[in-house]
Amino acid sequence: MTGAFLAIVGRDLRLAFRRGGDTGSVVAFFVITVTLFPFGVGPEPNLIARIAPGVLWVAALLAATLSLDRLFRADHEDGSLDLLALSPLPLEVLVLAKTLAHWLATGVPLLVATPLLALLLNLPLQGWGVLLAALALGTPSLSLLGAIGAALTLGVRRGGVLVALLVLPLAVPVLIFGVAAVDAALMGLPATTPLMALGGLLLAALVLAPWAAAAGVRLSLES
Amino acid sequence: MVEGLACVRSERELFRDLSFRLGSGAALVLRGPNGAGKSSLLRVLAGLLPAAGGRVLWDGVDTTDRPGTFHRALCYVGHQDALKPTMTVAENLGFWAGLGGGGEVAPALRALGLAALASLPTGILSAGQRRRLNLARLVAAPSRLWLLDEPTVTLDSGALDRLTDLVRRHRDGGGIVVAATHADWNIGACDRLDLGAGP
Amino acid sequence: MSWWHRLASPTRFMSYSAWVLPIAGWLAAGCIGVGLALGLFASPADYQQGETVRIMYVHVPAAWMALFCYSAMAASSAGYLIWKQPLAELATRATAPVGACFTAIALVSGSLWGQPMWGTWWVWDARLTSALVLFFLYLGYMALAEAFDDPTRGGKAASILALVGFVNVPIVKFSVDWWNTLHQPASVVKLDGPAIDPAMLVPLLLMAAGFTFYAVAVVILRLRAMVLERKIQALQRQLAEAR
Repeated sequence: MTGAFLAIVGRDLRLAFRRGGDTGSVVAFFVITVTLFPFGVGPEPNLIARIAPGVLWVAALLAATLSLDRLFRADHEDGSLDLLALSPLPLEVLVLAKTLAHWLATGVPLLVATPLLALLLNLPLQGWGVLLAALALGTPSLSLLGAIGAALTLGVRRGGVLVALLVLPLAVPVLIFGVAAVDAALMGLPATTPLMALGGLLLAALVLAPWAAAAGVRLSLES
Repeated sequence: MVEGLACVRSERELFRDLSFRLGSGAALVLRGPNGAGKSSLLRVLAGLLPAAGGRVLWDGVDTTDRPGTFHRALCYVGHQDALKPTMTVAENLGFWAGLGGGGEVAPALRALGLAALASLPTGILSAGQRRRLNLARLVAAPSRLWLLDEPTVTLDSGALDRLTDLVRRHRDGGGIVVAATHADWNIGACDRLDLGAGP
Repeated sequence: MSWWHRLASPTRFMSYSAWVLPIAGWLAAGCIGVGLALGLFASPADYQQGETVRIMYVHVPAAWMALFCYSAMAASSAGYLIWKQPLAELATRATAPVGACFTAIALVSGSLWGQPMWGTWWVWDARLTSALVLFFLYLGYMALAEAFDDPTRGGKAASILALVGFVNVPIVKFSVDWWNTLHQPASVVKLDGPAIDPAMLVPLLLMAAGFTFYAVAVVILRLRAMVLERKIQALQRQLAEAR
């Protein structure tokens, strides 16, 4: 079972990096969205530093949502999802493998790009560690919640916007605790509570999302 | 073995009370016009589509009770080829074979005349070659039950002979084949099931 | 067949709902009429909030109904996914716009109430914010249910979403409360105090009962329309095949 799990993760990663466009465009979207904010609110460094945690989190959330559409759709369209569902692996585990690959291919590059953007937004250095920790805990939750949206919209024409509509309200708690952790660190307060809350959300998503997404995938096989 | 199987698609009943039993080495050819439910029956047999009534038994056990065991004994070849254009021929086959608990890719590619293409990206293959690569899974991950949905489409006569030969050897070894086809495809002695054009 | 299966068969439903519908409708009209009269004219004005407190008779029951409808949707979704009861899926779908309307009413009346209280139309108060997220969840459900060509698939997918959303509602509520105390000191006036005068409580409960009956009546009405629509489609299909 571990072998099959890793085989699916490996295949999805290989596909993502061969095509290259996915990871690249997600990171580019993240960077461009963040750089738009100074144009919107003006170049005043203190103001930008004040809103930086929120801007980074919202941009990361949107970038992660943007890439969700392809999570199951490509496999659905070329018949691969049928064969994956017929593998001895339970569908829930399969969904988890594909979600892990999605996070590795999009969430981790976002993390890598974050220090550069934190620099551009004058985020004080004391917040960087917590920002990265919060993103590392929060982006997997976003991928998991996104997997639900992506699975449920399989078979819908132009599902991309719909995915965002379904996923973004579910992501509000992640956003709240993610930003709160960075804010606490910037004020010199311990960020333990929001970070633990993010960890709790991740655990909850790990339990709930594979079930719901697998149910969505099962539904898409019926057509 | 199939008991009282029924299927309803888009609130339209395709078939009802379908029962048959296939023993070792048996083959069943599904015939019927488009929309008669050949593909749906194959998907119900595979467990991709829930049956509206009845059940499918494998070795006397309801397949929905132990899907893992059943899936290991099953190879389904659908309409779509499930191939990734950016992966090579060998990588595509290797992934599916590995997932199905199979092994060697090279003999399977040889069996369908694809050995020379192994390291090429799948994206440049013709429709017939893609179909052959999809069928190569039958050899790469040996399984007792083959469910084939229009396997002969886009195959040239040479490839068709290879497939017919594969099916014959599979049955000689005790394997079971259920195939939907509307072409005349001679696979030797077999059962036939004609699905009508609906009620 | 259990009692629940008998109750949920479409034919049965059509016969008993024909009785329940007018009863629920008249009860709704009565309760809302009396409740409004009591609330708007007979009840005292609040010593702090003055006449604006009367918004409460619409706002609070609407907010209750917003949560109640979502809970009912989650329950019927679970009933559908577990017992494969088609009527349960239709019931979820019939409830969604009703719940969304109550949420919208709660949001708008909350905003109207907030204007004189806080001097601004919208405050990122924990309750208002949670209600806003709930409204988005309703929108997502309705969008997904309508997005499929095959209504059965839309219903199934949306049922799963309704359950996921239901699990998420308390998490959202908790995180928004937490976020709110973090950003705003507790100077915000609570919308309803713990102690409430009986002269206010009676119209409030009457309005809540009236809203519930109204929701029941509208959901039954919508369900009847949906069952009939399916029947018409089935007949049209038979006609098409007979030709």
